[in-house]
Parts: sequence; structure tokens; C-alpha cells
Amino acid sequence: MYLSTIDRPAKDAARSRRPRRPPAGISANVLALGAVSLLTDVSSEMVTAVLPLYFVLALDMSPAAYGVMDGLYTGATALLRLVGGYLADRTRRRKRVAGVGYAISALAKPALLVAGGSMPALGAVIVADRAGKGLRSAPRDALITLSTPEPMLGRAFGVHRAMDSAGAFAGPLVALGLLAVVGAASPAAFDALFITSFCIACMGLLTLALFTRDRRAETSPAEPVTARAALGLLGSVRVRRLVYAAALLGLATIGDGFVYLVLMDRQGFSAGWFPLCAVGTNLVYLTLAAPFGALADRWGRKRMLLCGYTALCVGYLLLFGPLSATWTTVLVLGCLGMFYAAADGVLMALAGPVLPASLRTTGLALVQTAQALAYLVSSVAFGLAWVNYGPATATRVAAGAVLAAIAVTAVLLPEPAPEEALA
Amino acid sequence: MSTRMRILIAVVGFVSLVAVALAAIGSAAGPTRRAAHAGTPGAVSLDPGPRLIARSTARDTRDHLVAVAASDPAGPRTVAQISCVRVSAAGGTGICLRLADGLRTFEAVVLGPDGTEHRALPLVGVPNRARVSPSGRLVTWTVFVTGDSYNGGRFATRVGILDTGTGDLVSTLEDWAVSVDGRPYQAEDLNFWGVTFAPDDRYFYATMSTAGRRYLVHGDLTTRSIRTVRENVECPSLSPDGTRLAFKSAVAGDPDRGWRLSVLDLAGGGVLPLAETRSVDDQAAWIDARTVAYGLRRGGGHADVWQVPADGSGAPSVLIPDADSPATLAGPVEPSADRPKT
Repeated sequence: MYLSTIDRPAKDAARSRRPRRPPAGISANVLALGAVSLLTDVSSEMVTAVLPLYFVLALDMSPAAYGVMDGLYTGATALLRLVGGYLADRTRRRKRVAGVGYAISALAKPALLVAGGSMPALGAVIVADRAGKGLRSAPRDALITLSTPEPMLGRAFGVHRAMDSAGAFAGPLVALGLLAVVGAASPAAFDALFITSFCIACMGLLTLALFTRDRRAETSPAEPVTARAALGLLGSVRVRRLVYAAALLGLATIGDGFVYLVLMDRQGFSAGWFPLCAVGTNLVYLTLAAPFGALADRWGRKRMLLCGYTALCVGYLLLFGPLSATWTTVLVLGCLGMFYAAADGVLMALAGPVLPASLRTTGLALVQTAQALAYLVSSVAFGLAWVNYGPATATRVAAGAVLAAIAVTAVLLPEPAPEEALA
Repeated sequence: MSTRMRILIAVVGFVSLVAVALAAIGSAAGPTRRAAHAGTPGAVSLDPGPRLIARSTARDTRDHLVAVAASDPAGPRTVAQISCVRVSAAGGTGICLRLADGLRTFEAVVLGPDGTEHRALPLVGVPNRARVSPSGRLVTWTVFVTGDSYNGGRFATRVGILDTGTGDLVSTLEDWAVSVDGRPYQAEDLNFWGVTFAPDDRYFYATMSTAGRRYLVHGDLTTRSIRTVRENVECPSLSPDGTRLAFKSAVAGDPDRGWRLSVLDLAGGGVLPLAETRSVDDQAAWIDARTVAYGLRRGGGHADVWQVPADGSGAPSVLIPDADSPATLAGPVEPSADRPKT
């Protein structure tokens, strides 16, 4: 259905009128990128959802082997993200770099079939899939900022993230439906699932190639993009503050897995329901991402970010709060979803205008990497705190960390431009 | 490129991609559904006798419990109606771990001597190992569980033990009294897998991991206590006479480098690597006093049950083609029994 909406603005005549279009619409490019993300997320999440099953049932792997595979997920992407961002800026071919990232992840699906039961091959495929994800996020977000007038960035990111998480929401359901149709979790069923996932990823690639446009002409070609200029980004106080804020965001989040574990313990429900927690959070996230993004544009993105933190803090405190188990689950999942809706895209919308257009991909990659690495640190730290002090104390400490993050962010981040623009 | 052209390409591309996906799903669904309906109710008896059971990986009977004659294990097989991801049997009792309806959850099914389903227990996690005690009274399973606290939602393992006589269920060993090297030990990251029972239905061996180490442990169902025996012994399998343990030994102590099937002499403590040099990631099964059997994958979702002498001599050979998860239905073997090998 998005095909008809992105049809018209692609024409040159419409393009020249773009700045005078009413600010109510979302750029066709953003919608197309959202569709690409949606399809890609369906493709990757349907595989992620069954990967443990596949390893254990079809490949007969032991728990130790699974742990090794799982560890490969993290840390495989940080450096590549920066390199990809820099390359995209230097060649000003953001769409192409993003496309390479999408293509690598798409090709990883049939590669899973070829890898069979070989551990090193499977490891390589999973790292390649994650590398593709790392490569594409920053150029894609840069394209969103470059396709959207500054006052509407929050809404644009909100719409994109809503479509993105709708894909993540649908992926596991597609996988379960497929296994149910085939009738068993047999090796043949997994083969069919990987092929289907590949086909959906190809649809995403096709959408990217046909319906998104690079914004090469609109960036200033006068300034050459050099490694020095990229490093120079860190010389700017505003950029540094952004990176700090992103790292703080990463540090304050403890990993959804931990939160769901506490909920499971308190509820006494079995680990089989574990994936459903993520479904609940995603549902709230995808519902609220667009309205929160739009609200952030009108009301102030920094303020929205702080509200997101507050929701996170409340969520952590509720984990060992006075409410009944059911209410605790509902409210905590709601708080988590609200936090993501108010923080994830909004941070990118905050970052976009601060970064010069010629270095925007590098800058966004920097912000995302800071957040990802800090998140890794906080996950490990929280795990240790859990083991040493117990979950109740650990989550309260985490809530305290969020409060600290609120205070520091309030001081650190400059009042964002949109409020000034609207005033 | 004109917009019309773009849309045309998109429509053609999407339609052909959907067609490819549907073809893949359809071609998987046919054989899978046919295989699901294979087998005859009551065809496989679990009564003690000179037979072996296994799980078929053959295309037309995939996942079904099958039985073969011990004298001709590669010969004709009887196919049960039940499908499992893992099976085992002893003393007239069988255990079948299988996907429950909805394909999201699993269950452990206890089978009676005639192969009928006596009891089904929901399993939390993906099942991996299954064993029945020699008397047929105790059954055990190992599942991988998503999300235990210390690893942020990664996989952990959990052991369940059911007494089919009393109905008592041990749903985890993590809250038992654990001692490491003789000292009481407490940790959040205890993981257990691969239980093997002693003939007395009281003691068992299993693998325990904590703080990055993997131990062979000795458990006592009466006192609910567990003590470590030695390190780097995984997926133990007690010999019929109770004097030796077949296990998988991490090559150079590093599971990433694969496993060597080995036998531990419990009294002397000596470890004997068996003649199988390929990496065996399975809990071996003793099919008589001097032979162990194990499954080895050979690609395409197929596996074979292999056998190798338990004394380090000889060479591995295929026991049951196109199957895994082997177990013998031959009754308890006298320690001195020296039965001729087929």
C-alpha cells in the first residue's frame, strides 16, 4: 500500500515543490526506508526466533556450543558500524553502503543452509548477518535525516521505528506459522524457513533499490570527507555531549532479558513464555513510536527523552514494587515499550541536526556505537550485580543509575533546536 | 527509470519471490506430513528383549521411534506411531521428548512396556538428553532453557527427574546441596545436564558446570545432594556393571575443538580414549558390557547410530543406519556376562 504513496513525490516536478509541502506528511523516502526495515526485520526475526530450536533440534548442538554462538552476536559490529558510516560519508553513497549491509544479511540466510552443522561456518554466517546490520543502520538513519525537514525529524524517526518494530513483531509469528504449516520442526522445515526468510529479505532489497533515493546532491560536495574531518567531529562540544548522552542511555539500560527474568521469577511463569515478554514490549513500542516522535517535535525532543528515562526508572522500580504480579508484568512491559518509543528514534532525531550533513553518517554511527558499547558494559555489570547482591538490589541500583542519567542528560544536552524554531 | 517501470519490476519481483517461498514451504510440507503419519500404534514393545530402539532420521519415518533386532540392527525395523526429538528406554519404560502442539513447547512422554503413553509432562525449554534407569523406574531429561539470570537471557540447561513409581518430580537440581571438591558450594550459575542412573535407583552421575568449569558429579536422590567427582567429563553414561563411565571429553579441555568419546574407570580413575576419532556430541549408550553406541550426524538432517568397543580397541562401525538416540532393551547384564558380539 505504501507503493501508491511513494509514487508521486519521486517525480522531479513534485520534488522541486517539496519544501512547500505541508509539514503533515512523511517523506516518501522515509516510508520506503521504513518498508525496507519492516521486510528486513520480518526476515531476520523469523530466523532469530527459531535459531535456538534449529541449533538444538536440527543440528544437535550442545549447550556449550550454543553459548559460543551466542557470544558471537555481541561486539561483532561496533567497529564495522564506524567504518561503514565513514565510507558512506566519504563516497556520499549512503544508499549503496546501506544496500550492501542489507544484502549481506539477506545472503546470510541461504548461507545458513550451506553452513549445515559446521560450527565455524555457522559462526561466520552469524557474524556476517550482524555485520550487515551494523553496516546499514547509520547510513539508513542518515538518509532519514537528509530526507526530512529538521522540525519533523522526531516524527519521521518515529514512523520509521514503528515500521521497523512492526517487522520485528511479525517475524516470530511468521516463523511459527510456517512451522505449523509444514507440520514439524524437521530439518526440511528449517530449510524452507531460511529460504522464505531470504525471499522476504530480497523484497526488502528490491524496495530499497527501487523506491529509496540517495541524497547525494543535497549534501555539500565542497568539503572533502577525510578521516581527519571525521575525527574532528569529536572536537565539537555539541557532538561530544551527544556521544556522552548516548553512552549514558546505553549504561542506564540493563538488557530486556534481565527484566523479563525478574518478571518470570515473580510471576512464576515458565521460561517458555520468555519470548512473549518481548512481544509485549514490542507491541507498546510500535504503537507509541510514531505519536511520541511527533510529540517530541512539538514538545521538545530532550524533554521526550527525559520522559522516556522516567518511564524506564518507574519500570525498574515496579519490578520489586507493591503491585500484584499481573499488574507488575503489564506495567513494566508498558514502561519498557514507552522508554524505547521515547528514546530510540528521538535520540537520532536529536543527533541529526547537530551533525554536519557531510559527516552525518559517521556521526550517527559514532552515537550508535557509543550506545551499543555502553549497553554491553552495563549488561555485564548488571549480571555481576545480580549474582552478588540479588535481583532486587540490582534492579534498584539500576533505577538509581537511570535517575543519575536523567540528571546528567538534563544538564549535558543543549536545549534542542525545534523548540526555538517553534517559539 | 520511470515510476511505472519501477512498480512493474517491484510487482514482478515480489510475486516471484513469494512463489519461491511458497514452493519451498510446499516441498517441505509434503514429506514432513507423510512422515508424521507413518508408524503403527503398538508396533514397538519396550519389554526387555534382544532389541534396540532408536529414533529414525529416514525421510519417510523421520522422528519416529523404531525398534530393530539386536542380531540384525541394520535390518527391518518396526515403526511406532510416536514421534520424538530424543528417545530412550530401559526396564520396560520409555521416555520420548517431543514437540507439543503449537510447536513452541515440548513435553516429556513416559511410555509403558507396550509403548503406550502413560504420562506427559510439559517441558520448559528445548530437550536434549533423555535416560531411563536400568529398572525402568526413573526417567530423566535435560532441556536448554532460555534466559537464566547470570547470562542475560542466554541458554542454560536444566535437568528433570521423574519417579514413575511414586510420581515424584525433581524439576531442577540447582537447589540441591552441592559440594565442590568436598566443600559446600553455592553459585547462581549452576547448570546440570546429561544424567545417567545407577542400577539402585538412588544414585546418579551427571555433568555440572559453574564458573566456566565442567564437572562430573555424583548425585543422591535420597539426600538431595550432589558432589563433584572430577573435571572435564561431560554427558556420562554408566556401564551396565556400574564400574565405568562412557563420556565425551573436550579435546584439549576446549569444547570448541570437539569431543573425544572416552571411558572412565571409576575405581582406578584411568581414562581411555575410544577408537572413534570423530567429534561425538552425544550421551553414549551402552548396548552391552563392552560396546557403546552413539549418534553421528551426516548432513541433510540424517544421522547414523555407530558403535565402538569400550576398551579403546577396534574401530567404529555403523550399528543402525539412518537413526540416532539409541538404547538397548536387553535387560540388566551380569557383570561377568561375556556375551558373544554380533
